[in-house]
Amino acid sequence: MNNQKDRETIESGHRRSNGEDSFKNLSGFKIKALYGPEDISHLNPETDLGLPGEYPFTRGIHKTMYRERPWTIRQLGSLDSPSRANERIRQLLKMGATGISLCLDMPTIMGKDSDDPLAEGEVGSCGGVAIDSIEDMRNLMEGISLDEISINFVSNSQSAVLLAMFVAVAEERGVPLEKLTGTMQNDILKEYQAQKSYYFPPRPSMRLTMDTLSFCNKFLPRFNPISISGYHLASAGATPVQELAFTLANGFTYVEEGIRAGLSVDSFAPRLSFFFKAHNDFFENIAKFRAARRIWAKTMRERFGAKDRRSCILRMHAQTSGSSLTAHQAENNIIRVTTQALSAVLGGTQSLHTNAFDEAVSIPTARSEKLALRTQQIIAGESGVINTIDPLAGSYYVEALTDQMETECYKYFNEIENLGGVISAIEKGYYARIIADSAFRYQEKIEKGKRTVVGLNEFFEEEEIDIQLREADPGFEDEKVSGLTDFKKNRDHALVKACLNDIRDVSQGSDNIMPALIKAVKSCVTLGEIIGVMKEVFGEYREDYIY
Amino acid sequence: MKKKLSTDEMVKRLLASDRRSAARLITLVENEMDDHHKVMSLVYPHTGKAMILGITGAGGAGKSTLTDHLIGKFREQGNKVGVVVVDPSSPFSGGAFLGDRIRLQSHSQDDGVYIRSMASRGYLGGLSRATYDVIRIMEAMGNEVVIVETLGAGQDEVDVIHIAHTCLVLVTPGMGDDIQAMKAGIMEIADIIVLNKADLDGADRSLRHLQGALTAGSFEEGEWMPRVVSTVSAASKPEDLQGIDELAATIAEHQAYLRKTRAIDQVKYNRVEQELGLIFKDELQKIIFKGLKGTGKKREYIESIIEQQDDPYSVVKEVLNTYLLTGE
Amino acid sequence: MATKKKIKVLVTKVGLDGHDRGAKVVSSLLKEAGMEVIYLGMFQRPEGIVKAAIDEDVDVIGLSYLSGEHLIFTPKIVEEMKKNSVDDVLLLAGGTFPAEDIPTMEEMGIDKVFRAGSLTASIVDYIKTNVEE
Repeated sequence: MNNQKDRETIESGHRRSNGEDSFKNLSGFKIKALYGPEDISHLNPETDLGLPGEYPFTRGIHKTMYRERPWTIRQLGSLDSPSRANERIRQLLKMGATGISLCLDMPTIMGKDSDDPLAEGEVGSCGGVAIDSIEDMRNLMEGISLDEISINFVSNSQSAVLLAMFVAVAEERGVPLEKLTGTMQNDILKEYQAQKSYYFPPRPSMRLTMDTLSFCNKFLPRFNPISISGYHLASAGATPVQELAFTLANGFTYVEEGIRAGLSVDSFAPRLSFFFKAHNDFFENIAKFRAARRIWAKTMRERFGAKDRRSCILRMHAQTSGSSLTAHQAENNIIRVTTQALSAVLGGTQSLHTNAFDEAVSIPTARSEKLALRTQQIIAGESGVINTIDPLAGSYYVEALTDQMETECYKYFNEIENLGGVISAIEKGYYARIIADSAFRYQEKIEKGKRTVVGLNEFFEEEEIDIQLREADPGFEDEKVSGLTDFKKNRDHALVKACLNDIRDVSQGSDNIMPALIKAVKSCVTLGEIIGVMKEVFGEYREDYIY
Repeated sequence: MKKKLSTDEMVKRLLASDRRSAARLITLVENEMDDHHKVMSLVYPHTGKAMILGITGAGGAGKSTLTDHLIGKFREQGNKVGVVVVDPSSPFSGGAFLGDRIRLQSHSQDDGVYIRSMASRGYLGGLSRATYDVIRIMEAMGNEVVIVETLGAGQDEVDVIHIAHTCLVLVTPGMGDDIQAMKAGIMEIADIIVLNKADLDGADRSLRHLQGALTAGSFEEGEWMPRVVSTVSAASKPEDLQGIDELAATIAEHQAYLRKTRAIDQVKYNRVEQELGLIFKDELQKIIFKGLKGTGKKREYIESIIEQQDDPYSVVKEVLNTYLLTGE
Repeated sequence: MATKKKIKVLVTKVGLDGHDRGAKVVSSLLKEAGMEVIYLGMFQRPEGIVKAAIDEDVDVIGLSYLSGEHLIFTPKIVEEMKKNSVDDVLLLAGGTFPAEDIPTMEEMGIDKVFRAGSLTASIVDYIKTNVEE
């Protein structure tokens, strides 16, 4: 097979061709018809792959991987009201979920209370939970053991405030802070790059992130204060290699900032975690996960001088690709989610969220969410892929692709470096430009039939399949607003004012903001009120570029 | 689909400041639709009183955010403001992505502000000519100030700059030594050079460069010497903005200078001269292409040039002789 | 040489949601189809959208929805259009909608609804067919 001529025959033997777009993965890499020993001959199995659980962790972060414990099956536990979300969480746990992700509604995401005029019509929107005050956090966490169940708060700009509420509720319930588990997404950089739910300019936002990091470092050693998220970059349009490069560059930026804030690298790096997308291209996704671990490990050791092996370990949560799902023939999404989930498992994720198939149509129903959960349980229990550790290691293709992902990543690292680092690149509109461009190209390929989407540009059918829809609760908004009005009426107004003044003072200085926030939420100050005062001090961010 | 009022009725409403009629009429002149010339004749007597401010600079210099603040200043002074924002069209599809309104949102609820986005469309003279007409419509609408924002400070935009009474050119510290290269161009068109993003590194150095370049230039006694104003037009807090008041004051100073020295007469003269040139060019071209249309001669001419039986100048001479000297 | 009138489209997002990928991609593809797109961006309110549509004399308003706010904001925009007698502009919506909401949206005043994953070609065709001089 090493015969050059045979090779050429194989390369030219295309079953079908999309011209120059033939056989490219989502990152735009041209994939060869066949990979062989020569494609990985430059790799050293010991230093480039290592053993599972060993540096550079290409083969996974645990020695035993899923043989000892499968990944965390983490599903969305959010619903409009905190008490309904609480019910949903308990139900999911009963069905076998082992972790929970919690989305917020639009007003909470944008730092506004449910009674804000701009929140009208959006309270409880997007399948997210509305959190205004400590009362909401109490209801949300009712009966859930805070030291056992890992809740992933999909919370960013408002993370410091939510963390304060979470800590305050734990203290009320007498749970020692050092036992608290969970994750705050708290990844502000990707908000400016893609997700766009920012309030303040990047630098004060970074200060708040560092305040939460330092606070967790000191008091909540089991809690993950930042989940560095590529998922949103990919959802906004970044290709897999761009997602990988931008996310890791963001991770390195948090490490630099932590060191600048006076922390030693090994004191906080082990608590950093990651969140990636499992997109359509099966092997590309696996290669992305493997490359992520290797680049992180090498950089942490070589550039940041990390000594603790846990600092070099990239722990990740993964989610199947919401943006790959279609409203047309929505049930096809079940299969998309399944192959994506399988790739995440073969890529060695620590935690996985499978999307509900009806997401492209509406907020998922209990039935579609259960199906998503069962998809993971079937992969874990029936497919046999967990029987051996990192089954794809040594595959000519997978290893070559992993290597290529790594190499291409460094090109983006250099570009970002040349722009003066991540924050400076944000301010110069670098991410907005690249991501908008990639999103455009992706759609253009679909439009022109150069990328197949079954049920859309191939095998299209006119008729709509009737799927069951979740019933929204139309009375929820009024109920939430009137509850909040009562809550605000019955509190110590002088105390609220004093707390807000404290927050203003601390914001202006450089002390850690967490103690003032915890005191404030305990004194019934609301999220919207706190963000409002911070905006006065930090100012509001407006994107200055348009692509 | 679009409902039609009579042209006379629309102009009547325009003069009563009706923004929908203004919008419709702008579409009409921008697309050279029927009655274009009639509209401009009806509108013309109601123009000539507004202050016309040109703002130009490279992409990313902060033109729109600065415009947003200047609108605020002019509104404080009790003026109604019209804004034309010109962006390039795609040379391939002819379409355009016009996103500047995003940065012009402080006044989105103010009826005293009328903003219009325009694609340059890239056809000969199209940008400049349509822009003249659009400004006139905005004047007739009752706007005391009309701001024209265009991209870049290259040769093409110089035409547009002739429209303005007072012309601002934006530069940023990031442009570094490019400023040296641009110096000559800037001096020609700028009445006020705005060093925007003056909070960035290198701003002091850029300021010194610009001032040095200006003092090295030769200006006659009593002539306006371009000013440099440092600004910060994008800030997350109002108190971090810089130089907006000073810029507004400098604009007023330039306006006072134009009136006091009667230099405004020269500005107006230049503007009409420029405009006539553009109209002539367009109209002549129309006559010629109309004459050629359907005769198959255009192809013949082109092919004879390619085959070197003829040269472009001889062909043009022959065409002019045929279609102009004979009247059509 | 009168130029053919370009079709002008205003593209925007309403409310607090910041997912602007769809709005941006559609804008770019409409531009590629030769249209002039006024992009108003995120976080818009009904009054501002309608005022911009009037000032720009657009032929089409395209609303991008994601988070289920379509039933709240659509009537507000339609009402604002009525208040300002804007009755000759196509109103389109794109995004994530349950099938059963589509007739409701059309009753509210949306001329045509395009669901997530639709091909832009169908949007371009619809606009070209329905915007007439």
